[in-house]
Amino acid sequence: MIEELLQPYQFEFFRNGLAVATIAGALCGLVGVYVVQRGMSYIGHGLSHAIFGGFAASALLGVSVFIGAGIWGIASALAINGVTRRRTIGADAAIGVITTASFALGLALFAIFGRAGQSFDAALFGSILGVSTTDVLTLAAVATFAAAIIFFQYRPLLFTTFDPEVAEASGVRTARVEALLMLVLALTILSTMQVLGVTLVAASIVIPAVVARMLTDSFARMLLLATAIGGTCGLIGMNVSYHANVQSGPTIVLTGAAFFVAVFGWSSVRAALRRRAPVVA
Amino acid sequence: MSHAQDLVRFDGVTCRYHSEAVLRGVDLSIEAGAMMGVVGPSGAGKTTLLRTILGSVRPVLGSLRRRDGLRLAYVPQVETVNWSFPVTVGECVLMGRTDGRLLPWASRGERAEAQAVLERLDIGGLAGRHIRELSGGQQQRVFLARALLRSPDLLLLDEPTAGVDARIRHELLHLLGELNREGLTILLTTHDLNGIATHMPSLVCLNRHVVAVGPPVDVLTPATLEQTFGASMDVLVHHGVCIVVDRPHDVALPLPGHVHVLEEAIA
Repeated sequence: MIEELLQPYQFEFFRNGLAVATIAGALCGLVGVYVVQRGMSYIGHGLSHAIFGGFAASALLGVSVFIGAGIWGIASALAINGVTRRRTIGADAAIGVITTASFALGLALFAIFGRAGQSFDAALFGSILGVSTTDVLTLAAVATFAAAIIFFQYRPLLFTTFDPEVAEASGVRTARVEALLMLVLALTILSTMQVLGVTLVAASIVIPAVVARMLTDSFARMLLLATAIGGTCGLIGMNVSYHANVQSGPTIVLTGAAFFVAVFGWSSVRAALRRRAPVVA
Repeated sequence: MSHAQDLVRFDGVTCRYHSEAVLRGVDLSIEAGAMMGVVGPSGAGKTTLLRTILGSVRPVLGSLRRRDGLRLAYVPQVETVNWSFPVTVGECVLMGRTDGRLLPWASRGERAEAQAVLERLDIGGLAGRHIRELSGGQQQRVFLARALLRSPDLLLLDEPTAGVDARIRHELLHLLGELNREGLTILLTTHDLNGIATHMPSLVCLNRHVVAVGPPVDVLTPATLEQTFGASMDVLVHHGVCIVVDRPHDVALPLPGHVHVLEEAIA
């Protein structure tokens, strides 16, 4: 039994995939706290779809996917950020236009020029095949960068997330902080897309934060918990992916969903018990 | 007249929101050590006045001068706070030190200062609680504590008594009076004429422009109130404190003594 569970670890591609999934899960969990608390879940969802357009274009042009989709993603992120700061256009509508058009463009490019196959499927649903050591190192670099930003900008990020108006009034440069957050979010999506897949990366960002929120009322603890939960989902999901022969994106998201159901159930039971408990004077 | 003591000075300030003038030609100076209340009806530009001082609204005409190096702190309306946000009292108060060091956690000195402010405001034991788990008065004090941790020269409060009961209002007034005596300059907005405004040393009656400035006994007159609120009000003086009342003939509901008069009139 144990032998069977450890069997995939003899393959280098699996060990690389496992490292990537764990780091990706943790990174998404960390960034997700800000995404969820700022009510940006839809932006995360949209951005991952927008990046798909860049992914398709760079794959067909033969340029590095990371650079091509990266430039595309950052441009989309800045465009979304710019549009949402202008109040006359509804933010959700603007995001819908920019990102869905980009996703559609990606699909069209693949349909006209591409061979629907491995890379197309991998981009949509995530794949552990062909994860090289370079991929692991690239993701590790992005995760370190994001963690450093969140560590050293912790105070302005927290104030801006909680209360942007007062933060601005207290001398925090909120526009810069928000742009930095969008940059981190775009880099996160871009670097985790390979394992998690365009269509599922948003869930990997949102679920750990939501689960962590149910477990704590402290912002600092929520960041640590969401990171740990995200990493654990990546680790478990990747193992399940191998044994169940399902793409890695769905298994990682389903692991997160299982966490959610368990914690939600547990906190509901706890709340019910508290209501029933006799009041002791 | 010397302006050396002015912390903030408005000279003919006009501010617009979407081409509508919210403030028109406002002249006002806030002197060091002042404690002022801004009164006026909804839409009079009270919050815009605060935002102009904070710098989040820029004048389209006129000039606004702040004393060099002026430290401002702002206490938002309790109703605008996101109470489900995952933040403890301690974490919330420490936001007042966002311009402190780069490390996420507070230094020993910062923790001691935060604790001292919390104790000063009688919420010393609540640092680990979530902000939603507090009473109305305690919630207000958390945001006051956050502002005070900035060691401001000028404290701005937007409708600090909106949605709080009389006891909390009294405690808050007492506390603000104490802070003011210790040298803190305070400017607050309020629509509560009798609960807050009449207890302020100085008032600004605002209705897009400044109608009057001065101590309550001077500015709270039927004429200024009519100009500010567009409604007829009378002012009574009770133990040296003004009490503003609506003029009886403007009140729609008949008082019990008038009932039979009305009945006769109908008959």
